[in-house]
Amino acid sequence: MGVPGGVLDWLADGANWSGENGVWHRLAEHALVSGTALALACALALPVGLWLGHTGRGGALAVNLSNIGRAVPVFAVLALFMVSPLRSAGHVPTVAALVLFAVPPLLTNAYVGVRGVDRSVVEAARGMGMSAGQLLLRVELPLARPLVMTGVRSAAVQVVATATIAAMVGQGGLGRIITAGFNTYNTAQVVAGALLVAGLALLVEGALLAVDRLFPRPAAR
Amino acid sequence: MAGQGCLVANDWLCWEYVASRSEELTDAAVQHVWITAASVLTGLAVAVPLALLARRGRRWAAPVLGLTTLLYTIPSLAMFSLLLPLFGLSAALVVTGLVLYSLTILVRNTLAGLEAVPEEVREAARGMGYGPGRLLWQVELPLAMPALLAGVRIATVSTVALTTIGSIVGKGGLGNLIAPAVSSNFKAQVLTASLLCVLLAVAADLLLLGVQRLLTPWARAAVADGADGGRRRGPRNGEV
Repeated sequence: MGVPGGVLDWLADGANWSGENGVWHRLAEHALVSGTALALACALALPVGLWLGHTGRGGALAVNLSNIGRAVPVFAVLALFMVSPLRSAGHVPTVAALVLFAVPPLLTNAYVGVRGVDRSVVEAARGMGMSAGQLLLRVELPLARPLVMTGVRSAAVQVVATATIAAMVGQGGLGRIITAGFNTYNTAQVVAGALLVAGLALLVEGALLAVDRLFPRPAAR
Repeated sequence: MAGQGCLVANDWLCWEYVASRSEELTDAAVQHVWITAASVLTGLAVAVPLALLARRGRRWAAPVLGLTTLLYTIPSLAMFSLLLPLFGLSAALVVTGLVLYSLTILVRNTLAGLEAVPEEVREAARGMGYGPGRLLWQVELPLAMPALLAGVRIATVSTVALTTIGSIVGKGGLGNLIAPAVSSNFKAQVLTASLLCVLLAVAADLLLLGVQRLLTPWARAAVADGADGGRRRGPRNGEV
């Protein structure tokens, strides 16, 4: 029996879906951890990125922060949390590591998006007497939205894919299905785990795209 | 630095650990550098032809960009596990996985760099009798160099970080020290190996920045003249 058939059999077996190590439980953990991390990262990074873009200062800081962030392995951060008192705090170490991972790209995209707004439009809005807050919310944010949303979507996909690393230090999530399959030389299970993660990532991307479409876009000029 | 006994006390920073395990740390760091360098160089050797292929038109661009983006969504943990039957427990396995990941960034940046070459420059070179090969080698690639190297820098830094995951198959460079230290709650080893990892990434980035300056002296001259106002082409932050 080839691997594709084995994967289908594994996914079709109800026993693999139930219980503590089952797909449903791991999927729920994975969704909870990634969702919380993404929401927290957006709440932290987007306001700061938008404001930095609005004032035009601190841009080098945002971009450099993003580059340094790329250099820090998620695995190392997670490992550090796991040998600290945080280890007994449930999903907190995983969420914290993923937030640190997702903030830099979100921050950079928000900053670059607002900086990329046509200066003449901003000047015109300022000439109409808009305050800084109005300018940011009614002019810059709508025009920067495509780039900001691209940042959110790619961060979401990366967070979902990266949350699997938690399994390497014994934390929960779909990664556990992959490591369990790896340890028992069960290739079908590894592939099934990878498919589940990729499926969740695509689902999240699709959902974010749908949410984005719900809001009207500014008219093309 | 904490003095003697920090190993017994399980301190975060422990010079005694660094001194007594220097050989282990050096070996892991060397493996890390070797895996990263092999991955990025191989990635570049695969990415440039792919970018040239993608440039031939939409018929090629869509599958090339689609496939390299799709590869990026495979979780690294699964990627290394899945390649295991093909390569066994070897460094080639980790390198292959990392090459596949680096393609996303390298292909996109090379393509963006090539597409940013102004058409009139190409026309001028053709008018001077440059054939397609010479045009690519002497005109287009040098002009695409800043975007290409920006991609190499991003790919290198993320590869240094991703190499640690290779420890699932025992070939993760410094990650090999982190994984067992988590299970035994050995703080000094986790922190030292993690810091070394970040240092490696920063050092590699600075080295490549130096290479970039050497290879594209005109870029610096243009900035010094202050003559590039509004004429900057290509990706701003390297990422496309």
